Amino acid sequence: MSEDQTLAKLLLEQGVSRRGFLKFCAGLATMMALPASMIPTIAEALENAKRPSVIWLSFQECTGCTESLTRSHSPTLESLIFDVISLDYHHTLQACAGHFAEHIRTEVIEKHFGKYIVIVDGSIPLKDGGVYSTIAGMTNLDILKETAKGAAAIIAVGTCATYGGLPHANPNPTGAVAVSDIIKDKPIINIPGCPPIPVVITGVLAHFLTFGKIPELDSLGRPLSFYGDSIHDRCYRRPFYDQGKFAKTFDDEGARKGWCLYELGCKGPITHNACATEKWNQGTSFPIQSGHGCLGCSEPDFWDAGSFYKPVPTSPSDIASNVAPAVAVGAAAGIAIGLSNRLKKAHAAKQHKKVTNDDLQS
Amino acid sequence: MTTMELLTWLRGPGLSISITIMLIGITVRLLEMLLLGRKKDLSEARDSSSAKYGWRTVFTRSLPSMACLQKVPVTFITGYVFHIGLFLIVFFFVPHMLLIQDVINIKWPGLPFWIIDAITLLTLIAMLISLWYRYWDKVRRYLSTFSDYFVWTITFLPVLTGYLLYHRQLLPYNEMMVIHIITIELMLIFLPFTKLMHSFTFIFSRWYTGEAAGRKGVKI
Repeated sequence: MSEDQTLAKLLLEQGVSRRGFLKFCAGLATMMALPASMIPTIAEALENAKRPSVIWLSFQECTGCTESLTRSHSPTLESLIFDVISLDYHHTLQACAGHFAEHIRTEVIEKHFGKYIVIVDGSIPLKDGGVYSTIAGMTNLDILKETAKGAAAIIAVGTCATYGGLPHANPNPTGAVAVSDIIKDKPIINIPGCPPIPVVITGVLAHFLTFGKIPELDSLGRPLSFYGDSIHDRCYRRPFYDQGKFAKTFDDEGARKGWCLYELGCKGPITHNACATEKWNQGTSFPIQSGHGCLGCSEPDFWDAGSFYKPVPTSPSDIASNVAPAVAVGAAAGIAIGLSNRLKKAHAAKQHKKVTNDDLQS
Repeated sequence: MTTMELLTWLRGPGLSISITIMLIGITVRLLEMLLLGRKKDLSEARDSSSAKYGWRTVFTRSLPSMACLQKVPVTFITGYVFHIGLFLIVFFFVPHMLLIQDVINIKWPGLPFWIIDAITLLTLIAMLISLWYRYWDKVRRYLSTFSDYFVWTITFLPVLTGYLLYHRQLLPYNEMMVIHIITIELMLIFLPFTKLMHSFTFIFSRWYTGEAAGRKGVKI
């Protein structure tokens, strides 16, 4: 399959009808929250687009992000890899191994310099020279720097690559950092989540292919079309929140009636993601729908933000244990000041002289 | 530092520090005032059970007085509205309630959000009118100091930012949450050292007033 062929030609060769192609474009437009009037533009752009080469780098991660991607349904992973992109390097999905695999990576960098896309999942350890994660004898830091040099754009997938994620959690033994902490001169799209929603990963790729530029991002580098709203604002249980109807335990009447999980620690109000709209498993469900509160996994440092089972307004710190020492310190200081004032008062009383007739006459 | 990092810090150590400062401040100031003592009343008490009047006054002074309504209607109405409003917002708005309950481990039911929403709006309006009245009325303006306007501001800001937060106005939710918590923590820190301390000292001042009157045989 020639890499210079346009997507339209490729699809025609594979027997994809014009109707089927337009359906695919309509699906993309819906996913990216674009108006129907954009479908012809998407179709035209994709028809003329050339399959970009993609290098997928896996660093300190659990492969959950790849597992998520393999469950992509619109477009499917197969159609994404075979029709839309050329996934040239990916530890889990590539057939080759060893030196040959590394050779492909360096070859892609040389051949498509300035044009390929780099996808990163996993955080990068910096402590002790980055020895905590190496591939083919190279530290993650060196691989990232080398690969990012010729990239057209970098897509950081998963909370580890976007914000450091679990490896970055206190006390961060490996000195893990995000991609954006290292690479400063390339456009970076953050797709956080632990893992991110599969259609969000493919949707962002499709957006880049369609428009040739990165989508509009929020202050944390996340595409607004998927991360513009909080889970809470799009949650089907939101009316119960407004009515003050909350499940108090996971098996009480409120839980059975599907009331809001806010009091059970749902982090929906402070979490931005598309779970409540795109959902998981081909749009079947999402954590809140299955009866568990949102963990807030698409936000930085969600692991250090307190218990998953304590409501958002409660404090991650143990405030109650501060009360007695604070009152004790206050009492000691108060008594000291009070006694000093009393001494002053007694001294003033002692100094006080009774007014005599002589005083008045003088 | 990202918004989320700041938010986590403010919810955790930030809140802990501000509550500790508040508790130390309240204890110091209360002890300082109480230990100062009062001048011994050498006259014979007309009613030996004067302490009873002290306790009674602590509660009865919260009841509305028609004479006050006629004399100072603006202060009377706005005062009642925003005091009751602030009380309900702090103790019966579910998110605030959950935080307090988590610390003191006592549970009580909250009010529906739409009721708190309406109460918050009324509180904001009442506070704005009280500020305008303080400035418009020449006597009040003359008597007001920087401290009065400062106390008004640090009380008003948490209510305003909370209202904007709930209605998703002005800033993204998490950023507004950061500002909301900062304003609350500032209020907590300044509470013992400003006129906001009246939220604790009112009990003592009312008790003394009632007790002194009771001792003189005046039934209040």
